[in-house]
Amino acid sequence: MLPLGARVLSAAPAAEPVTPALIDAANKEGKVTYYTAMDLSVAEPMARAFEAKYAGIKVTVERTGSERLFNRIAQEQSSRLFRVDVVNSADAAHFQPWKREGWLAPFVAEAVARDVPAEMVDADGMFCNQRTHLSTIAYNSKLIAPEDGPKGFQDLLDPKYVGKLVKGHPGYSGTIMTATQQIARELGWPYLEKLSKQKVLQVQSATEPPKKIEAGERAIAVDGSDYLFWMAKERGSPIEVVHAVEGTPLITNPMGIFRSAPNPNAARLLVSWIMSPEGQQFIVSLSGQYPANRQIKPKPGRPLLSDIKTFREDPRAVEREAESIKTQYARYFKV
Amino acid sequence: MKVRRVDLSLPIFIGIVVVLVVIIALPMGWLGVFAFSDKAGNATLANFVTLFSDPSFADPLVTTLIIAVSVSLICAAVAAPLAWLVARTDMPLARMVRTLIMASLVTPPFVGAVAWEMLAAPNSGLLNQFWRLVTGASSDEALLDIYTLEGLIFVIACYTFPYVFILLANALERMPGELEDASSMLGAGAWATARRITVPLALPTLLAGTLVAFLQALNLFGSPAILAIPAGFHTLTTKIWSLFEFPPKPELAAAAALPLLLLTVALLRTQALVLGRRGYAIVGGKYGPPRLIRLGAWRWAATAFAMLILSLPLFLPYLSLLNTAFSRVSSQIVGLDNFTLRNIRFTFWELSSTLPALRHTFFLAVSAATLGGLLALVIAYVVARRLIRGHRILAFLATAPLAIPGIVLGVGLFLAYTRPPLTLYGTLWILLIAFVTIELPAAYQQFSSAFHAVHPELEEAARMLGASRLRTLGDIVGPLLRSAAIATWCFIFVGVIRELSAAIILFTSETKVLSVLIFDLKESGDVGAIAVLSLTMVLITTVVIVAANRLVGRPAIGRLPTRIAG
Repeated sequence: MLPLGARVLSAAPAAEPVTPALIDAANKEGKVTYYTAMDLSVAEPMARAFEAKYAGIKVTVERTGSERLFNRIAQEQSSRLFRVDVVNSADAAHFQPWKREGWLAPFVAEAVARDVPAEMVDADGMFCNQRTHLSTIAYNSKLIAPEDGPKGFQDLLDPKYVGKLVKGHPGYSGTIMTATQQIARELGWPYLEKLSKQKVLQVQSATEPPKKIEAGERAIAVDGSDYLFWMAKERGSPIEVVHAVEGTPLITNPMGIFRSAPNPNAARLLVSWIMSPEGQQFIVSLSGQYPANRQIKPKPGRPLLSDIKTFREDPRAVEREAESIKTQYARYFKV
Repeated sequence: MKVRRVDLSLPIFIGIVVVLVVIIALPMGWLGVFAFSDKAGNATLANFVTLFSDPSFADPLVTTLIIAVSVSLICAAVAAPLAWLVARTDMPLARMVRTLIMASLVTPPFVGAVAWEMLAAPNSGLLNQFWRLVTGASSDEALLDIYTLEGLIFVIACYTFPYVFILLANALERMPGELEDASSMLGAGAWATARRITVPLALPTLLAGTLVAFLQALNLFGSPAILAIPAGFHTLTTKIWSLFEFPPKPELAAAAALPLLLLTVALLRTQALVLGRRGYAIVGGKYGPPRLIRLGAWRWAATAFAMLILSLPLFLPYLSLLNTAFSRVSSQIVGLDNFTLRNIRFTFWELSSTLPALRHTFFLAVSAATLGGLLALVIAYVVARRLIRGHRILAFLATAPLAIPGIVLGVGLFLAYTRPPLTLYGTLWILLIAFVTIELPAAYQQFSSAFHAVHPELEEAARMLGASRLRTLGDIVGPLLRSAAIATWCFIFVGVIRELSAAIILFTSETKVLSVLIFDLKESGDVGAIAVLSLTMVLITTVVIVAANRLVGRPAIGRLPTRIAG
């Protein structure tokens, strides 16, 4: 298995700086559409920050779970409806078929060539990681005392947690799809089968379990986007994040530009800005996700990625197994 | 010599027939073709074999039937006493109760489901928190659990019983009082009169209403889509929707849609049969209005009962939506410490989909109401005045969509218009066609009954003076039907604003409507924005209805026939 950037003969285009000509051309287009799975509480402010810098360009954020995003894009491309400019999925596997179909346009922003580790950039410059997040366990410490809290995945099978769990769905969320593949690989499907007997509240997006435990609807989130747990904790909600003893699923969030983009210049400008130190700093300051750009330090107060035991992400395996994961999952969890 | 002016009426009427055939027959035809084809397009029965042997299809079918039967029984049990109280007794505030029950119909079923989630989620639900506060129960005990089959049945019943109520209350009011008087004069007591006169007279309507409730529950998408996934099961409609996940399986979706379609057609036929026999109840002559029964000491208890029922679809859900809209965390009651305008700011100033969705929804509601209204008007005119041969076919086509559940129509339209010659997928036009089709039967029935009240002699006079059919329709018939036209316009407008089941199949990111936006926000759990948008939606609808009632001078909604909504 080769890492993304390990091809010997790289066909990546030359790095492109943000030139006045690009800004001009982007301003003429005046708008850009950004498909993403990132929570709206981060994606929309980020779009507004870009608009504040480039006043002539309006960003439309189209947010839904990565798996639904994937479906929507396939539907739109096959009907020759070209609307997506920039896409950013929490399921890195999606970029494989998009690249094969020739749907992506090569583009390497200057900041990417300079500051992003090569293994996060596609060899042909079709996409690069925008940011990394984790799918963690978390619990509401008002409902579960820290000494009673789970330490890892096996703990979640304890009978005392029956009816107290909430969990996202791999059929809708890319974060959960990626995490499910890693959990099934590391702990085996029998683990998930046992988990399904714990009367789990099933929600769709990985952005929902954080909201459900913050509201106190369930005590423990089996999975979910870690940055939302942290953001809730930082605004004073009683949330504790758990990095499972077995390991924590790691999710990269690649971003690319579609060849059919109706606003190709604005798309390049948006990608350049998001990957620049300024854009990356915005994401980190607001959400504390792990930046792809080496220039930017992680958010103070958050654990370092290098200190956390994480599972290995394997997009090609996710692509291969996605269908059987969904079927298997539906068999155990009934939806 | 007099120049004969060309009368364009006939070509226009023929044109309408063609339009109707295309918008109804085309999607249904493709549905049939796909149901019997495999991926490569070869004829096969394999889809149906999968449908009935694979438990992931068979289970939703059984679940859906359980839901539909339970909902219709509950609706009948609740609507019957309530309709009797409102229509036949001197219960105080009866008029207000009636208006409020009709008002609860404005709530889209998926909004009702979201609101009930806030009320009765086992742990965070406000009612459960209140119950624990009062009884001192421990934090993992719950009085109510909305994430169950029973919870879903309850929520669907909340927004379905008003249909049964309206049918029944109207029927009870129209019931000839003389028959009951005769019965009492002949010495029968109140109980015997009720048993031998009132109940038999009301029974066909109750049965028809129960069927309406059954159909509604069978074909509903919104409430199950909100509650069934967390509860861990699928209904037939959510299953059909899930077949559009990647990789989409339109053949299976088409096959799964057919049983829904056939069941609906069969039930509608049964209903027509039941209602058709009602004739014996009101033969000949004019009757006085029925006598109101005095409840005496029970008067205010009756009002309290009605208000208690009304709190379920109306008072409690709207309180919880308001609470969520202004609260930092939806599970906390708004107070000084957690009051926030953040959700409102987020919805209208940060969320980039809000304004386009509002614009699309408004455009679609206005154009569907106008075009659909006009189409229904012309069809009803042609049929009522028997202007062309085969006008019965026209009447059939105009009422046929009643038998097409929204999600089935969505699948059919998707199959029909994602290919040449008319590639409408991705435009607002495909949604417009869907909404006009869905609303046509009710609009047609409204105009059809209005025409029966207008004598043709005025039109004949205009025709004799040389006006064309269309001119007559515009100058004579139109003004006479003003109130029916406004009511119909309103009804379609409201229907479009709350439609989700067809829209969820047909929208693209560029043609998102309000209901779909709310549904997308549900996926990520953004309840604050959902509450703000839902309240906005209901506010727009209410303003339109109130304005229309001002114009007409009588309640426009509620006199209309019930329809199958999603």
